[in-house]
Amino acid sequence: MTTLFNIGDVVTVGRGLPPGHVRTPMFLRGRKGKIIKYFGSFPNPERLAYGLSGLPKLNLYQVLFTMGDTWDEGGDYASKDTVTADIYETWLEKT
Amino acid sequence: MSTHDTGHGHDHTVFQDDIKEPQENWEFLEIAIRELLIEKNVLSAREIQDEIEAWEKKNPEKGAEIIAKAWIDNQFKQRLLADGNKAVSELGFTVETLKLVALENTDQLHHMVVCTLCSCYPRMLLGVPPLWYKSREYRSRTVKEPRAVLREFGTFIPESTEIRVVDSTADCRYLVIPKRPLNTEEMSEPELVKLITRDSMIGTAEALNQHGERPK
Repeated sequence: MTTLFNIGDVVTVGRGLPPGHVRTPMFLRGRKGKIIKYFGSFPNPERLAYGLSGLPKLNLYQVLFTMGDTWDEGGDYASKDTVTADIYETWLEKT
Repeated sequence: MSTHDTGHGHDHTVFQDDIKEPQENWEFLEIAIRELLIEKNVLSAREIQDEIEAWEKKNPEKGAEIIAKAWIDNQFKQRLLADGNKAVSELGFTVETLKLVALENTDQLHHMVVCTLCSCYPRMLLGVPPLWYKSREYRSRTVKEPRAVLREFGTFIPESTEIRVVDSTADCRYLVIPKRPLNTEEMSEPELVKLITRDSMIGTAEALNQHGERPK
């Protein structure tokens, strides 16, 4: 499947607040991260959850965020600490 | 009810709370679906219980066998890191539909796994997740204060090591390969399995040391 992003690309997670079953964690919406892995394509969970086929499949990436880019205040982490999430392509845009 | 003289001027009457009626929508949904499945002869009550029992019987030992093999056999470890599903099938374990991803902990990088959305967990290899894994507290705090959470687990990772919190938000299930403890070169695979705890495969702990003790 053609991918929109390559390993190393810097991306921003969508800020949308659509209703329903969504797998993009709220704490990462609007945050900037880096693509570190491509997992292949998987049925769209936002449709699967409602008994639909989930097709067409969506590309799924592992996106790496620094803790500093993720949290504006608070937290207990060292400067090099990071967090990753697995995010479907439709939620990502190139920065 | 039991009443006994406490010798300090009042009775200690022991009550237990009344059995709670279902409150939440998911509880009603579970009861409705279960009763329908039984009524329509799709599943019997016994079959449902047997399935629950089968899941509860799964334990982290399978995961530990995979890790011990990876510690001993570097080529297997490379295959496990490259394609988890395929590598564990060599040992007779099947992981269906989901993508199994192994994460190697080193002196430079310590992974710990969370599912902030719900409770995604490599159940087929580690069994049913511990209650704390599903708690709001672990799920919300781990991604923001991983070092505080690790300290509360009694796990101390130096500042020079990157902590990478891995949120399993989609179709991947993550298995941490903890660092192999020092001075274990002479140990057999079954001996190594005993050092690999459930928490060390989630990343909230390190493997036990060569004496089977918690590392200092």
